[in-house]
Parts: sequence; C-alpha cells; structure tokens
Amino acid sequence: MIAGAHPADTGGTIAWDGRPVGIGSPSDAQRLGIATIYQDLALCDNLDIVANLFLGNEQLHFPGTLDEVAMESRARELLDSLSVRIPDLRVPVSALSGGQRQIIAIARSLLGQPRVVMLDEPTAALGVAQTAQVLDLIERLRDQGLGVVLISHNMADVRAVADRAVVLRLGRNAGDFPIAETSYEEIVAAITGATDNPVTRRSERTGASAVATKDH
Amino acid sequence: MTQQTHLTHEDTATETAPTEAARDPRLLVTAASPRGWIQALRRNVRGGELGPVPVVVGLVLIAVVFQSLNDRFLSPQNLSNLTVQIAAIGLMTTGVIMVLLLGEIDLSIGSVAGLSAAVLAVLAVRHGVNEWLAILAALGVGLLIGLLHGVIFAKVGVPAFVVTLAGLLGWQGTHLYLMGSDGTISTSSSGPIALLTQTYFVPFLGWAIAAATLALYLVCALTAERRRRLSGLPYRAPVQVLARTGMLALPLIGGVWTLNQYNGVPLAFLVFVGFVVLLDLVLRKTRYGRMVYAVGGNAEAARRAGVNVDLIRVSVFGIASALAALGGIMLVSRNFAASVSTGGGAELMMAIAAAVIGGTSLFGGRGNAYSALLGGLVLGAITSGLLLLQMDTSVRFMITAAVLLIAVILDAVSRRGRKTHARGGA
Repeated sequence: MIAGAHPADTGGTIAWDGRPVGIGSPSDAQRLGIATIYQDLALCDNLDIVANLFLGNEQLHFPGTLDEVAMESRARELLDSLSVRIPDLRVPVSALSGGQRQIIAIARSLLGQPRVVMLDEPTAALGVAQTAQVLDLIERLRDQGLGVVLISHNMADVRAVADRAVVLRLGRNAGDFPIAETSYEEIVAAITGATDNPVTRRSERTGASAVATKDH
Repeated sequence: MTQQTHLTHEDTATETAPTEAARDPRLLVTAASPRGWIQALRRNVRGGELGPVPVVVGLVLIAVVFQSLNDRFLSPQNLSNLTVQIAAIGLMTTGVIMVLLLGEIDLSIGSVAGLSAAVLAVLAVRHGVNEWLAILAALGVGLLIGLLHGVIFAKVGVPAFVVTLAGLLGWQGTHLYLMGSDGTISTSSSGPIALLTQTYFVPFLGWAIAAATLALYLVCALTAERRRRLSGLPYRAPVQVLARTGMLALPLIGGVWTLNQYNGVPLAFLVFVGFVVLLDLVLRKTRYGRMVYAVGGNAEAARRAGVNVDLIRVSVFGIASALAALGGIMLVSRNFAASVSTGGGAELMMAIAAAVIGGTSLFGGRGNAYSALLGGLVLGAITSGLLLLQMDTSVRFMITAAVLLIAVILDAVSRRGRKTHARGGA
C-alpha cells in the first residue's frame, strides 16, 4: 500500500508530512520519496554494478551516448557514503554475494534521493555475515536521516536495528511497540495472536484459527 | 549484536579514510604492473570471462592446420576471397547476435535473406526499377518482416521460436512465389548491386582507413582514460592504452597489407566490419544498447526500471531482419543472380553458428558484436580450407558441427564457472 503496488481500501487516510495523500501506483510513491526494494531485488545479473545502479536512469552526454565516467564516480560516491566496500564496480552483479546484491539494490533505490526506504525481507536469503552487512547498512541509512520501513519475520533482525516494531496480523494492526522497552516474547505474542493471558488467547483462537507470522 | 569481526574492522577503516577503503587494492595493481595484468587475466579465466581468447586460438589453429595441408590457404588471393565470402552471412550474424542478446532466437533470417534477394531481383530485373531503389525496397521488406515478428512476439506473447519458425516457412514460400517459374533471375554484372561485392579499394585508401581507425581509437581511449583519472576512478595508464592500440593495430595493419597484396580491401568486407563496429558502439555506448542487455539479462527487472521492454524487443527483431535482408542483397551481388535456393540452404544455420562460435551466449544478455566477425572468420576459414583440399560439403558440415559444439560447451562451462565463482565474493 505504501509502495503503491496495491491501492488502499477506502475509509482511511495516508498522511505524508501531515497532509493526506493518495498513493495509487508505484510512481506515485516514488514521487513522494518512498523507495521500495522488493524481495527479488530486480537486478540484471549480466550487467555490472554501475549499469544496474543507473538502469533506466542513465546519465548521458554528447548525442545519446552513456556517460560512464559520471555514472561510475557517482556510484562510487554513493557506495562510499554508505561505507560499502565493493572491490570493483565493473564486475557483473552475478559475481556478487547475496548481501552485496541486496546492498546494490538498496543503493539503487537511493539514487532517486528518497526520504523513506521500504525493504521487503532484505535478509531472508542471506547468511549470518551478509545479514550483518545489510543490517549495518540499514543503520547507516537511519543515521543519514532516512526513514526505514523493514518488513521482516526475523525478530533478531528487527530487534537489532528497529526503533519501533509494528505488527500486522491478518491485515490488522496488532500492536505498535517501542523496541527498547519491549521483550521478544511480547512481540512474538502479538505476531502469533497470543497474549500472556490464557483467556484472551482462547477468545483469539475462536476468532482466527490461521496463524500468520507476517503480513503486509 | 550480529556484527562480524571483519565488518567492525571495515567500519573503523572507513571512518579513518573513507575513500582509501573504498578503492580496490587489486584494481590499482591491475592498472599499474604487468604482474597485475596476469593476475587479472587469471581472475577472468577462473570467473568464466574468457572473452575472445578461445576463438582467436581456434582461428590460429585452423590457419596452421590448413596452411600445412595446402600452402595456398594463407595466400593473399584466398584470404581476400574469404573476406568477401563471409560478408553476406556475417551481416546476417550481426542481426542474430542482437536477437541472441535478448535471449531469443530468430529462425527466419535465412528465408528473409532469400525473400529480400527475390524482391531485389524481381524489382531490378523484371520491373526495371533503379537498382538503388530496389536495394532500399529489399531492405525495407526485411525491416517490416522483422517488425511484424517482433510485434507478434512482444505484444501477443507467442514465443519467438514459433513466430520465426512460421516466418522461416512463410517467407520461403513468398520467396518461391515471387520467383515464379524462373529458377534464377540474373542481375546486371555492372550496376550498383554487383559493385557491392566487386569493388576493391586502391591500396592507399585501405591504409587511410586503417590509419584513421587507429588514430580515432587512440584519441578516444586516451581522452576517456584521462577523464577517468581526473574523476579519481581506476584508469588505464597511457602505456596500457598504447599497448591496446597496438593489439588492434596488429590485425588491422596485417589485414590491410595482405588484402593489398591482392586487389585491395573489398567493399563488401568493409561494409560488414563497419556494421559490426557500429553495432558494437550502439550496444556498449548507448542507452538503447544498455537496455538490450538489460532485457536479455532480466526482462522483469528492466521493466521495473522503466525500460520499454516491448519496444526493445520489436526493434531488435526489426534490426535483425533488416540485416538479414542486407545479407541477402550481398548474396545476390556475389552470384550476379537471385535463385530459388538463395538463403534457403545452410545460411541460417551458419549465421547462428557463427554468432555462438564467436562467443555470444545462447542464454541471453552476454556477447558482443565482434562475435560476428570472429565466428564468421572461423566458419569462412573452415569452408575455404576444405574447398582448397577439395573436400565435400559433408565434411564441412561435420567439422562445423564439431566447432559449434565446442563453442557451446565453452559457453555452458564458463556459465557454470561464473556461478560457482559468485559464491567466492564476500
């Protein structure tokens, strides 16, 4: 909904900078400054890093030719500002690790100078070290003043980088927790629909039998 | 909490010297010393980026073998004929490469070449149309056919294999229909059509073209590397640029010198090489080329990035068919005639085989325009060598098949190499 992939139901408002806005399509969201990185990353394996970063948005000089130098230095600046260390910007993306690919996908979204970055399961397919790499990057994005919406079912990741956890359960808001003051169990309880009270758990079970761990 | 040791190390490093940490030490070495170049080469081989090396090795091997069997193989006359022979199929190959880069296939190019040959001959001979106009019309027919294929493939969603298979049959039928009861239509032996393959440049012009190409390359490369250096990017030292220019000069000067020993540089070959260079520049230097590679690599990603995937597909099929038509025109020019068999024989197979042998991947997204030149030279050399040895077409097909198979195996193996190599990155 925030990304504009699905139109919002009527009977509610989306507020941006305090005024209501309508997000009907992905380009609406982009215009507002919301960048979304989907789970499948949408990178071209055969193209190098610079080409992927600027795909569909190439910088040109003299009649229609690509300005590789400008693009490469811009890419270098961008990755430096994220403290991302990638040896050679001219290797094809297929030669990168999963974490690096995720980082390239995130960096790609930053070229549009968004204000909010929404990440869909950025660590789902990654190993421990690569997950740490991506989480580092998410922290750096936060430090640069960007809003980050992290969609994840991995509580360890969420607790590592998030300030607030909002649980969506079966399409409804099941709780908004400040991470610092909330225990792991409380969030899991909200996710599974259980609470520490056996009575509410019982009434919950009669209301909804399916257990959704994640929803968006 | 999940921080790894090497990551914390990296953080401290970037805090003290952000730009230094971002530079790849290996890359700096690469730009500086011969040892670095060898390391880079080894990295490429391990990573499955073989480039033109296997084809060039193959060409040298073919030359050595045939020269030892018949010493007329490397004679200027034979080499000159070879360059004219490969021009027609070579032009078809450049079109095929575009389609292969998309990860698709065009089976109709042989029939399109045949049909355009028929259109050319019928217009020029039967209807007495000006030969230049007839050439343009033949090219136009090719372009329109390609666009039609492209629209059916991209907009309707019929697999390219089927669309062009229908094209293979349908356009061959149209070709036969146009030719009517004439098995062969002979064209004038002195008009523009014939001149396409009968023109040779005087030695001086050949040298001038070679010198201009080299100078242009050197100037462009030097300015580009200078810009990179000024922007603080990894760059090649002037020595390295000179070395690369030398690598280009070697075949260029050798080629012009050899061709000048006979009749001079043939126009047909120049047209072929010109299209290869043009296509290479379009693919590497323009936004359009970048989009072609992107669609071939991951069409969905390209679509999300705002690339008009359908437009790219339709245009690529259009260009491929137009180039096939040009190949057909070259066939007419060389034979002084269009016949019912023009383009209907081994042309299609040879054009696709040349692209793959030259190093363009069948899996899409990988390859370059020079595959047409290299692959065409390999196939042309085999054909010409076997002709000198008075071997039969049967032998030629078998040997070509073996070479093609080797090329595809190299492609598949290097693809696997790249995949496993990808795990190594951290």
